[in-house]
Amino acid sequence: MELTTFVQTIANSVVAGSIYATVAVGLALAFGVMQMANHAHGEFFMLGAYVVYVFYALGGMPFPLAVLAAIPTIAIIGLLTERLIFRPTRGNVLAGFMATAGLTWVLQTAAGRIWGLAFMKMIPTPYMGAANIAGAQIGWQRVLIIPAACILLGLLWFFLHRVRWGKALRACAQDPEAAALQGISINKMTALAMGIAGAYAGVAGALLAPIHAVTPYMGRDLLITAFIVVIVGGMSSIEGAVLAAFLLGFIHTFVTTIFDATSAVMVGVAFMAIILIVKPTGLMGRVKA
Amino acid sequence: MSVLPFFAREYYVEILIIFLINVILVTSYRLIATTGDWTLCHVVLMGAGAYASALMAKHFGWPFWMTMPLAGAAAGLVGLGIVYPLLRTVGFGFFIASLAIGEFIRLVWIKFHTPFGGPRGMINIPYLGELGPIDFYEAIPYYFMTLMITSGCVFIMYRIDRSRIGNTFKVIYEDDILAESIGIRVGRYRSFAFVLGSFFAGIAGALLAHRLSAIDPHQFGLDEMVYLLVWVVVGGTATFAGPVIGVAVMTFLFEWTRPLLAWRPLFFGAILIGFLIFLPGGLESLIPKFTFWNKKQKTT
Repeated sequence: MELTTFVQTIANSVVAGSIYATVAVGLALAFGVMQMANHAHGEFFMLGAYVVYVFYALGGMPFPLAVLAAIPTIAIIGLLTERLIFRPTRGNVLAGFMATAGLTWVLQTAAGRIWGLAFMKMIPTPYMGAANIAGAQIGWQRVLIIPAACILLGLLWFFLHRVRWGKALRACAQDPEAAALQGISINKMTALAMGIAGAYAGVAGALLAPIHAVTPYMGRDLLITAFIVVIVGGMSSIEGAVLAAFLLGFIHTFVTTIFDATSAVMVGVAFMAIILIVKPTGLMGRVKA
Repeated sequence: MSVLPFFAREYYVEILIIFLINVILVTSYRLIATTGDWTLCHVVLMGAGAYASALMAKHFGWPFWMTMPLAGAAAGLVGLGIVYPLLRTVGFGFFIASLAIGEFIRLVWIKFHTPFGGPRGMINIPYLGELGPIDFYEAIPYYFMTLMITSGCVFIMYRIDRSRIGNTFKVIYEDDILAESIGIRVGRYRSFAFVLGSFFAGIAGALLAHRLSAIDPHQFGLDEMVYLLVWVVVGGTATFAGPVIGVAVMTFLFEWTRPLLAWRPLFFGAILIGFLIFLPGGLESLIPKFTFWNKKQKTT
């Protein structure tokens, strides 16, 4: 592999890892609090991209504003999912997961009906030009994702470790009964977790919208990747999810560059199977997957 | 069931054939689910059977009565291969890991053009030939053959469900630690249930491949798997009849909503959510309520 290609691939890996991390932390967070396994997480990502399509490409809003608009929109959808699906099925992981699999179909069909199934939506790239690193060209639109993901992950860390509500969330993830005895409302915490999960998936989709094919089915491939990340990282461990996201980002990008995209997914799954055999708790998890 | 095809149009006979194949599929799914392991790769294992039987029929020219059990065995072998990492997980982890591993198998079919035919799949899988005066290319003879095979498979699975082995599966679901403490080898029984379920899924796949004469990887994707979950959830898994009720009701609804093709996933997604929230036991849980109601009426 030439140096230019190598640098290019490294940069792409970091971008992919950033996206995987932003999507997977929400999944790990929601799973950590009362075991909410969200199959529709990929569709939250898809809807985030459509928010940018509606506000930026159709509505003419500035791109950063459209991305910010995706945060509350998808957070509300996350809250609704918690209230209408996860709360009635609490205590049964599989039921919640299967019900959100139904939600996946509902959201995909709705998006397809509203905005049409035909081909990808044309979203003009807001930031033209490319950064030049050691002869490799990396578009600004891609570079932008890296600091954005860093800020988002930093904010989440700050919230979970320094803010009262974030600490309550972690307490609830550790032991819901003990947390409830301390006066922490479980219902508020599950709602909060799903709101954050929705916001993070939505903003990831929004950031990726100009450089990704925006279709109702764009969340589908990402979902399996996100779940592999969460299993490898250790189910409810957020730090583990971030680590696994970057590992998988590197694996996927390098295998895609050297071989092809199909092999990349296969290697990713094989990686997960090996982790399950060698360390069933995942890289940084405490409980068995 | 045995006189039905003579009164129906050929299109409906084809639907009945697919329905019978799906009965094998859900019954074998329940066989695995009785141990508490809900999988997401059952449709992929059916695909393994379909591909195996198609390859044997096309390349070796073997007759159906040979390829069908061998397809079951092939799917069982694939199941045996993937159950090892899966056993390391329980409950939800099992569910997700089986999804990822199933996707892996499906990608193998997409990636390797020889012998699997890549994304377009395999075509020209030989139809069944003639047996004396009966031509199995026709829908009605094929229907009766499928009916016989389905009855046989369902009978075997019913006997297993009622046997000591079936009870052991249910004990593992109730309390696996207790089961282990009284000397049941939990891992061995879980993998046995998984391989057995894969075997019957493979037989369903062989029946499907030889009827459709063309198979491709998309037929065995996640969407089809969620349809299988809809059948199982709508019917319920507590009794042997539950999943069969589910597949019967949903096949009817599936055909009934044909005019609303584009809206169908939304409709089925809503049904799945509704059943999981409002009727988690499935339709089968309504049956005792009705009998209770009847008895009450008699006494008053």
